[in-house]
Amino acid sequence: MKVITAEHLTKRFGAFTAVDDISFEVEKGEIFGFLGANGAGKTTAMRILCGLSKPTSGRGTVAGFDVARHPEDVKKSIGYMSQKFALYDDLTVAENIRLYAGIYGVPRKRIPGRTDEILQGLGFENERQTLVKSLPLGWKQKLAFSVAIVHDPHIVFLDEPTGGVDPAARRQFWERIYQAAENGITVFVTTHYMDEAEYCDRVSILVDGRMVALDTPAGLKRTYDAPTMNDVFFHLARGAQRGAD
Amino acid sequence: MPGLQAQHISKRYGKLVALDDVGFEVAPGEIFGIIGPDGAGKTTLFRILTTLILPDAGEATVDGLDMRRDVAEIRSRVGYMPGRFSLYQDLTVEENLSFYAAVFGTTIRENYHLIKDIYQQIEPFRDRRAGALSGGMKQKLALSCALIHKPAVLFLDEPTTGVDAVSRRELWEMLLKLKQAGLCVIVSTPYMDEAAMCDRVALAMRGRFMVQDTPAAIVAAYDRRLLAVRGDRMPALLRDLRTIDGVLTCNAFGDAHHVTVAPGLDTAALSRTLAAMGHADVAIMPASPGIEDCFMLISQSQGDAA
Repeated sequence: MKVITAEHLTKRFGAFTAVDDISFEVEKGEIFGFLGANGAGKTTAMRILCGLSKPTSGRGTVAGFDVARHPEDVKKSIGYMSQKFALYDDLTVAENIRLYAGIYGVPRKRIPGRTDEILQGLGFENERQTLVKSLPLGWKQKLAFSVAIVHDPHIVFLDEPTGGVDPAARRQFWERIYQAAENGITVFVTTHYMDEAEYCDRVSILVDGRMVALDTPAGLKRTYDAPTMNDVFFHLARGAQRGAD
Repeated sequence: MPGLQAQHISKRYGKLVALDDVGFEVAPGEIFGIIGPDGAGKTTLFRILTTLILPDAGEATVDGLDMRRDVAEIRSRVGYMPGRFSLYQDLTVEENLSFYAAVFGTTIRENYHLIKDIYQQIEPFRDRRAGALSGGMKQKLALSCALIHKPAVLFLDEPTTGVDAVSRRELWEMLLKLKQAGLCVIVSTPYMDEAAMCDRVALAMRGRFMVQDTPAAIVAAYDRRLLAVRGDRMPALLRDLRTIDGVLTCNAFGDAHHVTVAPGLDTAALSRTLAAMGHADVAIMPASPGIEDCFMLISQSQGDAA
């Protein structure tokens, strides 16, 4: 089952083509890596797929909904987490979960049970009443991820989710991603850590708004005769003409 | 031997220990890397050594000057590129650079040779407002501004965070040139792979330097038996490996799992055990540790001891 489809998706801002005719499909439960240099168009493409921005031309569907025509249905079907995660520092762990569950439309009766599930899954039973601001960064990131999937979305978009944490916490975070994917949640993730590209089922690479590569990590390394994903990325991205944020 | 010497630097914010007895030395012409996650104390340390804040305890000399006594003089001899872009967004590229030169009593022309390699890459955009530059160009401008007064010691706080792999490599090439020009460079980064670009590094976590040495010596001191294990179902392989006797730790590492095992573990038996658990195409090979393996081992053992 295709959870994301993009057909000739294009976004122009005046004379500038931020996203240039990209087409791809993502399967249910897949971990899909979305790589590119700064300014390659990742954020713009992600905003379109999240229903926050309309494509200039081309078509995209997410969870079966057209991103341009039914953006509200798209938003209800997805979760989103960025490095600048939006947890409320002055609310407790449990309050943050309750708040987001409410915002994402989890039925009121389901919220206490869902909160317990999340706390248990994270091993945070003793942190229920802890203010989020006093949690270590790695814990906040795990909580932000759980909150982004509190409503069991079809897809979760992760925008550089692992910046700044220590190596052990970064790996624990990826184990949560694996778990979500095994539970059927499709994961769409951007990262600057090239070892993390290896953890994706398939990886796409954007250069100057165009998708120049899409394959499994092993396939990409074979195609470009490169020992690591870092070499693949460097080979493709060094030709980039533009660098914007 | 100017350069930088710091001893027993400590700093608390209320109950939070930002820095706990940190000491290190950096010689001119050396790149010293402080490698660690957020919360390691990197920014606090930089702010102390650039005389922006005082530590609760500890001493430091920067280019031969005392951190507490010679504040004004130190400020004229250090370059500091903070983690957050802090140039004037409404001034143009050239205006920013002229401003920083003027503040330090010099001119762009006088020290142009120092920044030429870097500045030339953004000079075509000299009339553009700094706020309208791309991330990579902002970084080049910030580095130019940090160098325009010919500092002896250069501090770079996470210059590569959030920067793509190509721009990261370009920045490191620039730092290597500055090192060859005799600057004393202190750079912090959360990217473990960048340790290899430094002459010496400190691995930092929660306000402490867990270890400091050359990257090669840190890797050489790694004393566990390390294997790289691959299979057809990597997430399940990770979980299953952890249940096997003799497996001490297991972490995903790019296209393989890095597994520390008991010295006597028989890899053929491990392979059979994994096959019996339903894993196909299992490959087990000895692995060479990297800085990230070392970081995890050291942080785990020091965390256990604490």
